[in-house]
Amino acid sequence: MTIRVLLPAHLRALARLEGEVRLEVEEPVTLRSVLSALESAYPMLAGTIRDHVTQQRRAFLRFFACERDLSHESPDAALPEKVVQGKEPLLVIGAVAGG
Amino acid sequence: MSKVRLLVGTKKGAFVLTSDGKRENWEVSGPHFAGWELYHLKGSPADPNRIYASQTSGWFGQVVQRSDDGGATWNPVGNKFAYDGVPGTHQWYDGTPHPWEFKRAWHLEPSLTDPDTVYAGVEDAALFRSTDGGQNWEELSGLRKHGSGPHWAPGAGGMCLHTVILDPSNAKRMYIAISAAGAFRTDDGGATWKPINQGLRSEHIPDPKAEVGHCVHHIAMHPSRPSTLFMQKHWDVMRSDNAGDLWTEVSGNLPTDFGFVIDVHAHEPETVYVVPIKSDGEHYPPDGKLRVYRSRSGGNEWEPLTKGLPQENCFVNVLRDAMSVDTLDSCGVYFGTTGGQVYASRDAGDSWTPIVRDLPAVLSVEAQTLA
Repeated sequence: MTIRVLLPAHLRALARLEGEVRLEVEEPVTLRSVLSALESAYPMLAGTIRDHVTQQRRAFLRFFACERDLSHESPDAALPEKVVQGKEPLLVIGAVAGG
Repeated sequence: MSKVRLLVGTKKGAFVLTSDGKRENWEVSGPHFAGWELYHLKGSPADPNRIYASQTSGWFGQVVQRSDDGGATWNPVGNKFAYDGVPGTHQWYDGTPHPWEFKRAWHLEPSLTDPDTVYAGVEDAALFRSTDGGQNWEELSGLRKHGSGPHWAPGAGGMCLHTVILDPSNAKRMYIAISAAGAFRTDDGGATWKPINQGLRSEHIPDPKAEVGHCVHHIAMHPSRPSTLFMQKHWDVMRSDNAGDLWTEVSGNLPTDFGFVIDVHAHEPETVYVVPIKSDGEHYPPDGKLRVYRSRSGGNEWEPLTKGLPQENCFVNVLRDAMSVDTLDSCGVYFGTTGGQVYASRDAGDSWTPIVRDLPAVLSVEAQTLA
């Protein structure tokens, strides 16, 4: 499946990306499988979205798709069907925090 | 003709300032990694065009960047800093045990001889080493697993390993410092470590022989005298002439002996620089006057250096890694402030000129002297 991911500007700059990322991800399409595919394609992003060791989401990042906050979903839960079909992107968003 | 390159880390990116040996006109490049905190950048003494940079963010964590062309272009390298084994706990602010958690790399120290070898001092305090140009990092866990580890506690800025000094005369010896555990030395290449904090006095530590607990802010060494160390502690400026086995206070006539930076003249091992800061509660120069103090006698007698520095209404801080010297005949001294100024002296501190005035808050300054 071709999955669309939209990253925060700082991570796009780090990975030298413009616009959305398109990733080939095998089913089942989950947060874990999408992030693994992302880190495999762009190794410099490893550790920037989820911790290298614990694999936990970094505290000031959130995952959204189809107007839903997926941040507290299991990383192994299936992503919304529109994301799986490539109709909607998975959004990785930096929290509005700090200064 | 010689050149000087300054690697400046700030709260919102890195800047590279370059001048010829006259050090009058500077080219400013940056911001590199705009928007990220650049805690420290340092070039390899063995290959000055090899530069390592610690890029961090509260949102995105740690990135390490490497340049192989003197800072013109950069590539991210490895950023996995995994503690060796079960990390265990250190002491939290309230005295309770707290698990070791990696937060960021404060200081990168390239090997004196091998451009691919670099050390990283990190928060929570530990020392890592890469031998492949920063791609992979391995903890030198003998330090963290020193028996005192569970008693280490963070300073106000976090429990950071911020100082790494390599002995040019002995490849097996290095010094590190941790806020607020203290200073440590290895004589076997990092396998085992010894706390070197005897002679330090801190108000909050009643035991004068306490092995750890001192808030060491920075240590400097002249390469020709690797057993002589100068320390800016939280309060007190100290020196040791026996590789840290015993420290004596050399604060002397300083207006305040609180501060962060300390450095040594490139050609005069007894000429030392500090920037006194009013207090731990007021992180700015006393009386609103930015003064570098220089001792030509290895401490105790200090003279204020004010020419070219603001002498009224100045309330900036100078952080622990934000001073450096070049090795030209007339030693250049450089420091950056939390107000975004980088000051340069071409005459060993007698007079100062701002190279830039309005950068983001400066976290670190490293000078490279290029042939």
